Amino acid sequence: MSFLDELRDILGPNGLISSPEETRTYECDGLTNFRVMPLAVVLPTSTEQVQAVIRLCHRDRIPFVARGSGTGLSGGALPVNNGIVISLARMNRILEVDLANHRIVVEPGVINLNVTARVAPSNYFYAPDPSSQSVCSIGGNVAENAGGAHCLKYGFTTTHVLALEVVLPDGTLAHFGSKTLDAPGYDLAGVFVGSEGTLGVATKITLRIMKRPECVQTLLAAFNTTNEAGAAVSGIIAAGMLPAAMEMMDNLAIQAAEAAVHANYPNCGGLLLVEMDGPVAEVDTLIAQVSAICRENGSTEIRVAQTEEERAVVWKGRKAAFASVGRISPNYIVQDGVIPRTALPKILDEIERLGKASGLRVANVFHAGDGNLHPLVMYDRRIEGQEHAAEKLSERILELCIEMGGSITGEHGVGEEKKHMMGKMFAEPDLATMQKLRCAFDPLALANPTKVFPTPRLCGETPGEYVPHPLEVAGIAERF
Amino acid sequence: MRIVEPHSAEETAEILRAANEDGASVIPRGGGTKSDWGNPPRRTDILLSTANLNRVIEHAWADLTVTVEAGCTIAELQRTLAHHGQRLAVDPLWPEKATVGGVLSTNDTGTLRLRYGGLRDLVIGVTLALADGTLARSGGKVVKNVAGYDLSKLVTGAFGTLGVITSATFRLHPLPKHTHTVTAAVPDLAAMQLLLSKILDAQLVPAAIQVRAGAGAPQIDVLFEGTEEGIYAQVDRLREMTPLTDTDAEVFRRLDAGAKISVLPARIAETLEALDGYAVVEATGLGWVQSHHLSQMREKIEAMGGSLVLMRPYNSLDAWGATAGGDALPLMRAIKRRFDPRGILNPGVFVGGI
Repeated sequence: MSFLDELRDILGPNGLISSPEETRTYECDGLTNFRVMPLAVVLPTSTEQVQAVIRLCHRDRIPFVARGSGTGLSGGALPVNNGIVISLARMNRILEVDLANHRIVVEPGVINLNVTARVAPSNYFYAPDPSSQSVCSIGGNVAENAGGAHCLKYGFTTTHVLALEVVLPDGTLAHFGSKTLDAPGYDLAGVFVGSEGTLGVATKITLRIMKRPECVQTLLAAFNTTNEAGAAVSGIIAAGMLPAAMEMMDNLAIQAAEAAVHANYPNCGGLLLVEMDGPVAEVDTLIAQVSAICRENGSTEIRVAQTEEERAVVWKGRKAAFASVGRISPNYIVQDGVIPRTALPKILDEIERLGKASGLRVANVFHAGDGNLHPLVMYDRRIEGQEHAAEKLSERILELCIEMGGSITGEHGVGEEKKHMMGKMFAEPDLATMQKLRCAFDPLALANPTKVFPTPRLCGETPGEYVPHPLEVAGIAERF
Repeated sequence: MRIVEPHSAEETAEILRAANEDGASVIPRGGGTKSDWGNPPRRTDILLSTANLNRVIEHAWADLTVTVEAGCTIAELQRTLAHHGQRLAVDPLWPEKATVGGVLSTNDTGTLRLRYGGLRDLVIGVTLALADGTLARSGGKVVKNVAGYDLSKLVTGAFGTLGVITSATFRLHPLPKHTHTVTAAVPDLAAMQLLLSKILDAQLVPAAIQVRAGAGAPQIDVLFEGTEEGIYAQVDRLREMTPLTDTDAEVFRRLDAGAKISVLPARIAETLEALDGYAVVEATGLGWVQSHHLSQMREKIEAMGGSLVLMRPYNSLDAWGATAGGDALPLMRAIKRRFDPRGILNPGVFVGGI
């Protein structure tokens, strides 16, 4: 029986896609400039099916790539040559809601926002909120360690994953973490989250859910420059406050948001969005303090959104920022880099200078509280050389992030897109050490094998317990 | 047994490389406060003390991060951070002696975990010396970073069995402007559980909650941090649920006990039934227990899906539990073999004889 027939046997006729017309849908994820046609796509509905598929891959040395909703922005779910794609989209059940312990157990295909929707009637929520949360899956969030605007206060996906059921790259099933904290042993859930599909496939995920804060208020402050807005952010940090979110947009990003969703933002050089949540009395006090700090730093206009509806309007422009840029530029690159927050003015100046030098416009949207930048490099593919210049500029921005002590990715992942940058951010021994981990999980390099690391490596023999050579056993030779 | 006290990460790596070549076992040691935790090492050839790795390398206060060498004590670190009104939001045991490396390796957090998360959530980068002499860095200096594997989490709670942490970078929190502690006495464990559930389901944001149980009526301590207005409003809300007395943050002083337990928050009362000694259990479900019947207690807790880990030897019980690691134990062993193929680092101290 051929490999495909065996897959069909496991999944049934509806669980396997192998005709090129249909597999084409899976040739890329949210990063569309890389495309690879998969050998086949499987759509399992149970852990057992995932296991059976991966066992088969392991037997025949076929690489596999797990895929959630395919919204990733670094090519993490990009197929690999001669490999299959395992789509977890049909494993989308919420298995258990345990409000008393603030836990929820879900399958990987569950959409992020559906987790909150399920517990919202009891006034709970799931904190990580990537901008794609209405379509992205929890499994994908786990693979990428997804962040979002509110991770400044609430942490990333990794903070909220308590336990995982994982099919390892040889098809065995293992359980990481536990519903209780600090399960004895290595924190495998901690290393699995954010491993970008290179260590196995999660089939069941236990998440932490949180009680909704009593009150949420969002302050919108307009400044003449991003530097002034940045100074206000520093003031807020220095005053000892930890907002739920702190977002900044520059003038180009504001224009784009206005053109796309009419967020009614003030037309200014730098827009700051600060969200505070908690008990009413506390939030009232803090928002007053934030207002004062913004005014001291030259804010020309301050608005405070207090109702759910007002807040939704304020957030609309920010959440739509990436897509909005399409309104003011035919093509653009979404970049994701991180700097120590205090380097913000410096890098913005640099980006502006580089943009001017290469004749390209760059809109800037960032999570100002944690220094996560999303420069949007605009270009026109029809103009010869612009795409190349945009790619160059985009990469140069990442190099600047590294030079300033930051990172090449804050939340989008390394995937296919940035693997060549890993050698700039990390030294060879750092990468070799990460390989030790990968080799322990996946010695045959079958799980998303070409991603994250710059060069594919072989794991070599599993260093094991000392195994005496037959000649030693026979007393003919000995080792020194 | 030989004691070595390297002055740099490089020297630490060099010591490990040489020990590895000789097949000599290395026991990393910080303040020596938790040497009893875990199982006793199978061999102790070299005691590697981090006493000379005690510098705060960089407190980037405006970025709310700090990079600190492994041998710096928690108290010394906190004093440095306090100069800029900040702290590492953990409250481990014996802060005057316990070191950054030791606290990370043993994953010793305290009651602040409810609000600020555990060490795994606060550590954003580490430098590790591996058994083969490699000096490797993971993570970085920024709070948000998903480049490469998060080895900081792998070594947090790994009891030094994968490498020696030589320095670490943490995200920080501002020191609270105001704090207030209140205590509620409840008649029995059932009433305690009911009240605890009510507090956790209310929209309060306490920094810490703990249950004290033993002889006499159980007590629930709640710590609030933040603005005065916020604290008063929350204490008033709590008072509507139960009578309260104002107490002192001293009630949160960590308990040096025989075992650490981890249970689901809604099953704390059940766990503490028939307790012969005393216990402090946090609202996170993590607790510290003094008892003469730890075997029975472990059996009961494990049946509920939790764990009981010894903090000092007890009746030749395995420190971690006979089934610790579960079906992931083979993978944990594989990781250990990749990082420390000759098994020189703290051999036998960790789960499953790792």
